[in-house]
Amino acid sequence: MNRTYELMFIVRPDMAEEDLDKLISTLETAVSSSGGTMKNVEKMGKRRLAYTVRRFHDGMYILLTVEGSGGLIHELERRLRVTEPVLKFISVRIDEEQKRLDKIKAIRDARKKVSAAPAAAAPAAEGGETTPAAV
Amino acid sequence: MADETRAPEAPAASEGHSQRPPSRGPRPGGGPGGPREGGRKYFRRKKVCKFCVEKIENINYKDVRLLAQFVAESGKIVPRRLTGVCTPHQRRLSSAIKIARNIALLPFAGRAM
Repeated sequence: MNRTYELMFIVRPDMAEEDLDKLISTLETAVSSSGGTMKNVEKMGKRRLAYTVRRFHDGMYILLTVEGSGGLIHELERRLRVTEPVLKFISVRIDEEQKRLDKIKAIRDARKKVSAAPAAAAPAAEGGETTPAAV
Repeated sequence: MADETRAPEAPAASEGHSQRPPSRGPRPGGGPGGPREGGRKYFRRKKVCKFCVEKIENINYKDVRLLAQFVAESGKIVPRRLTGVCTPHQRRLSSAIKIARNIALLPFAGRAM
């Protein structure tokens, strides 16, 4: 059930700040009512778009990190689709990727710990350990 | 190949160019160092995968600066034989670039071409 998604959407640049906050809080209620959690909200600010979207050259980027089921994301996307100021959105599932990154990090930290430990055994252990870990 | 056709003609053209074969030497010798990159005949100098060397594991669609290094000016994704990226990283890189294109962080087609 706890899949983690990153939902990034672009809002038209001439949208008022309070309307934007209202939109985000609407999404937040939708998330919590479906039993998910909104992990993070990040307003990435106004950026120049790489191409013209609906005759706009700039847009406000917002990034949400949501934890929930697939149905929840479906619901959020539906809401964003009908919201008029939203120009584009994309949702990316990140829990598998996060798992992979954590695993690599754990391997690297374990390797570092071994090398930081007593110097005598460390060089030999380091030499043997680097080979399987190297991608 | 062009040299081979010239060699028989040289004696006919006189001037004593009997030194023709040695002049062919530099050509294959200059292969690794001489020609520019871009899939020339001989192996080029060892190009290493930037991600493997710097141990960058998280190739995110959000860091446009990193992704833009692997995108040509026309907006096309640069093939890995030019950038030297290894296969698994090139796959992740291109899917990140495609996501970034969809969310207007990178263009589909640039102004050139």
